[in-house]
Amino acid sequence: MTDGPAPHPVRRRPRAGAWLAALPLFLVVGLAFGLPALAMADGAFTVADGSYGLDNVTRSVDGAYRTALLGSIELSALTAAAGTLVGLLLAQAVVSSRGRALREAVLTASGVLANFGGVPLAFAFVATLGNAGVLTTSLGLGDRGWSLYSFWGLALTYLYFLVPLMVLTVAPALDGLRVQWREAARDCGASTWRYWCHVGLPVLLPSLLGGFVLLFGSAFAAYATAAAMVGSSVPLVTLQIADALSGNVLVGQENVALALSLDMVVVAALVMAVHLPLQRRSTRWLA
Amino acid sequence: MARLGRPLVLLLAGVYFLVPLLASVVFTVDIPGQGLTLSSYTRIFTAPGFTGSLLLSLGLAVATVALVLLVTVPAAVAARLSAPRLRPVLEVVCTLPLVVPPVALTAGLGTVLRWGPEKLSTTPLYQTFVAVQNPDFPLVLVLAYAVMALPFVHRALDAGLRSVDVRTLVEAARDCGASWPRALVSAVLPNLRGALLNASFLTLALVLGEFTVASLLGFQPFAVWIVQASGSDARLSVAVSLLSLLLTWVLLLALTTVGNRRRTPRTSGRTPDRASVALEGKTTR
Repeated sequence: MTDGPAPHPVRRRPRAGAWLAALPLFLVVGLAFGLPALAMADGAFTVADGSYGLDNVTRSVDGAYRTALLGSIELSALTAAAGTLVGLLLAQAVVSSRGRALREAVLTASGVLANFGGVPLAFAFVATLGNAGVLTTSLGLGDRGWSLYSFWGLALTYLYFLVPLMVLTVAPALDGLRVQWREAARDCGASTWRYWCHVGLPVLLPSLLGGFVLLFGSAFAAYATAAAMVGSSVPLVTLQIADALSGNVLVGQENVALALSLDMVVVAALVMAVHLPLQRRSTRWLA
Repeated sequence: MARLGRPLVLLLAGVYFLVPLLASVVFTVDIPGQGLTLSSYTRIFTAPGFTGSLLLSLGLAVATVALVLLVTVPAAVAARLSAPRLRPVLEVVCTLPLVVPPVALTAGLGTVLRWGPEKLSTTPLYQTFVAVQNPDFPLVLVLAYAVMALPFVHRALDAGLRSVDVRTLVEAARDCGASWPRALVSAVLPNLRGALLNASFLTLALVLGEFTVASLLGFQPFAVWIVQASGSDARLSVAVSLLSLLLTWVLLLALTTVGNRRRTPRTSGRTPDRASVALEGKTTR
């Protein structure tokens, strides 16, 4: 793969022409992304009498909104941690097996399943573990207090796309662990445990951390799955924003919804700020 | 990993990932009191709203693919060709949408759409605001989807451009007397076929499954229709979900196959495809 053109003399087009070619892109982004983002920031800081203030932002981290924000963070952190662990185990099981076919099958399935989100996923779980779901009725789970429309039901559902996402993230890093490193460690008298502590995990760490925040962000931003499945019985920030937008709450809450959106952007920005550098770092070992 | 550990992990994963799919199939064909029947599936095509919402989704998908390629391809090629300083700018602009979750983007869009008619009711722009929200074909969704698709369309194009020497191609075409547009269309684009296909498939899958923006802005493409239909007929909605999954998966598998054929096996070069496929999923949930 070559990066950057070979340095040989060419007729240079005027730079302005190139920037002109990018103009439509900037226009679309400005119109469909910049304008809404500005409107969000403007609305979030606009208080009752039309002046600017922190009222909405303060309210967005208080009371029921605080519960929803914390609920989202809790759900995302829990599912991201579980997804990281399970994804790592699954990826290791596949990478360390000799069968190429198994490896290909799992990686392809992961690519496909990581996309399994939103409405279809919600309905697949409703059909399986919902009130009239196949497993619920055949195993009598309802009598034992199982409910899909809860925090844990949602967590179980989210793992369906988070685990494959982790497998995709961490499999290349596991591939990067050379057999020679393990042999070298063993020849120096290191136990398996020491090998993982001093070689394996340090090399994997950027991928694992990067994967964790990616999973966190993915679960945090999810709306369709939760909306189609639980309605608003589990307090989540996306569901709260949707409620406020569709006027299901007191009038005048739109600006609080915008402030909540701003909170989400801050969290998502933090996630990307951690993920992107880690991703870049982890690719160093994979060359 | 311990000798027993690997089969156990694979078995548990297999159960977890297969059971919901199998159970969904059972749920749709085994109806209490009726026994095995395919009626959930045969009913789909006569269900009210099905055709309309599906056509709307397909139309939106085609329009979004066209728009997003139309704006990103010239920018990416130009950055590659003659404005190296444009590249980091593009990178940032195309990554930014990842920072704003779809719900938040919708909140902002909704504000703009409300604000527009209020402030601009006396100007011709008012008509524009009405037009972009036409329920028969909401252009505002095309714009929103184009923005949501940008991150992975850019990645796909960037990967494609990296493997082609655009400058030599263009120079050769120019030396043969081709005009700039012609050099682009007949020399550069054919070499980017894989990347363009990639980007189009991913955008298509995104738009067909998108629920958040459309439902919150009050439009009814396919995913929103499924949820609405579930209120009166749960089996129908599960059946449609399974079919739409099948469709998306066929699309994505086709994409992976195309991607694989274009690269030598066993290189890390294959992962960007999967990673961008995975990243895309993020925006549809």
